[in-house]
Amino acid sequence: MTETLQNLYLGFSVALSPEVLVFAIIGCVVGTLVGMLPGVGPLAGISLLLPATFGLQPTTAIVLLAGIYYGAMYGGSTTSILMRIPGKAASVMTSIDGYAMTLKGRAGPALTIAAVGSFIAGTLSVAFLMLLAPLLASFALRFGPPEYFALLTLGLLVLAFLTGGSMPKTLSMAAFGLFLGTIGIDLMSGFFRYHYGIVELSDGIGIVPVAVGLFGVSEILLTAGQDKAPAVQKPKLKDLPPSRQEWRDSTWPIGRGTVLGFLIGIIPGSAHIISSFVSYALERRISRNPDKFGKGAIEGVAGPESANNSAACGAFVPMLALGVPSGPITAVMMAALMVHGIAPGPLLMEQQPQLFWGFIASMYVGNLVLLILNLPLVGLFVNMLRIPYAYLYPSILMFCVLGVYAVNESLIDVWVMTAMGALGYVLRKFEFEVAPIVLGLVLSPMLENALRQSLSMSSGSYAIFVNRPIAVTMLAIAAFLLLLSFLPLLRRGVASSRAQLGLES
Amino acid sequence: MTTPARLLRGVAGTSRDRLAGIVLVLVATIMASEAVRTLPIGSMASPGPGYLPLATAAALGGLGLLIAMRGGGPTLAALAWTEARHALLLLGGCAFAAAALNTLGYRLTMFLLVGFFLGIVERKHPLAALAWALGLSLGSFYLFSDLLLVALPRDAWVF
Repeated sequence: MTETLQNLYLGFSVALSPEVLVFAIIGCVVGTLVGMLPGVGPLAGISLLLPATFGLQPTTAIVLLAGIYYGAMYGGSTTSILMRIPGKAASVMTSIDGYAMTLKGRAGPALTIAAVGSFIAGTLSVAFLMLLAPLLASFALRFGPPEYFALLTLGLLVLAFLTGGSMPKTLSMAAFGLFLGTIGIDLMSGFFRYHYGIVELSDGIGIVPVAVGLFGVSEILLTAGQDKAPAVQKPKLKDLPPSRQEWRDSTWPIGRGTVLGFLIGIIPGSAHIISSFVSYALERRISRNPDKFGKGAIEGVAGPESANNSAACGAFVPMLALGVPSGPITAVMMAALMVHGIAPGPLLMEQQPQLFWGFIASMYVGNLVLLILNLPLVGLFVNMLRIPYAYLYPSILMFCVLGVYAVNESLIDVWVMTAMGALGYVLRKFEFEVAPIVLGLVLSPMLENALRQSLSMSSGSYAIFVNRPIAVTMLAIAAFLLLLSFLPLLRRGVASSRAQLGLES
Repeated sequence: MTTPARLLRGVAGTSRDRLAGIVLVLVATIMASEAVRTLPIGSMASPGPGYLPLATAAALGGLGLLIAMRGGGPTLAALAWTEARHALLLLGGCAFAAAALNTLGYRLTMFLLVGFFLGIVERKHPLAALAWALGLSLGSFYLFSDLLLVALPRDAWVF
């Protein structure tokens, strides 16, 4: 414990240095704006600003990106509550009761509870992260290629299982992502795969153009054509405090959302999205008056908002401790660290204590900044939403092109982004999840290397995955999830199996 | 009715999931044949560079087949494609940016791109479109290239 406190002291000495503090504040403000913009979201926002971090110190860069991440988590709730436009998928649940509260003239308390819930969840989950990441990192030192292979396989299946949509559709997208990840030079044999004469593909397809295309560009393609600026309520400062009853009703949902969000955040997948859905369902299930949900229940705002912020912190645990991204956002952040020659993983804490603990401490600071800045400035932020979409989307598209180009100064990346934008548009029209493509793309090289190294270690015997307890446990869970998802196929009746597979009838 | 027209009608009348499944199977077939044709696959015990592409193609094909066999949903024609024209124009704009960025430079390309979106696609007042496009292209260049030192292609002109 003393060591942790000493480390935290080191972290705060880094996080409170003027340069890092300024970038933490910039990250939070930019993140809030990004979270409010429909079509941008945390992933596209982080991807766009990634090139701007190349000239910064690694600690400053990661603090800036993390600020954007949890700033965006917060910013999404503002548009959800005031306009019923979730700036990101994780805010969908908040928009149900948050907007209902706005219609009842309680927008201020909804915004305050969302902000305070996010602050409490963010702060507590950073404490969990601080305690859990070092433990997990020391445990992860026992991981060899078979364990990593099992972990990555489990991660992909958990993502498909928890997404809640159609398992075959989600898995097919993960398989497509894995395939995309094989493009480029194979590090073990030197073969240049699927290059078709394009030399720039030797390093493979980048995460940023794929993520920006699938999430940012495709969203703009789907929403283009809207012109009028939506009507926005602008709550005054005196309307912000919730009533005593609203505070009381929110206390337990915030606590439950924090724990639930953190636990879900650790699991690979679109954690912050899933956590808000699960938290909303839980609050509704245990409520004495479930009928009030959907009609302005403060618990429906407090729970999901706390859960998605907590999950955002939880997602950093596998990234920092194992070097395994738990989703596309952490994958892009890992890429940012790698640009600076830093590999996240079990040795990060020993080799880069200033970065690790500075990052942790900056999250405390960032949460405080968000609370102090965002509530009083909410009126200022919502003004941006009054810009007509016809003016807003060309600007967003321009920043997409700029961000993607600047990562590698590659026009191929801009072409990839355009192609992925078109693909994402079609896939979303066909109700396919696009997040598994990005996760598959990120995990593919790790998965392939882990598999081939494992087989080299065992002279080609697959028994290596069965003989090692950690690997076999994870693979057994993965097999169980797979079986559970495809069980409906064994049942009679096409209509019922369709519904259970998440396909339409 | 000609064969292409009949084919198009058949596609438009196919359910969304079924069509998606068929496309996935086709993509998987292409992926697998390319892997077999161009890469050493290796063996189960010693996978080669073509092993994972082939395995993912097999998984994609199997899942595509399942979606095609079990899937339903509305037909392609029944889906609302109201934003499709806009979407095509926006994609065209992105493709233009990719093609022109190195030749015309960042500022001119972005000026033309934003100007095209506002002036042609959205039919905004020419002066407003001009001002917005000019402000964005020059402002973003100053912010990213001059202040944040991001390497952006410069045009040959002073502009």
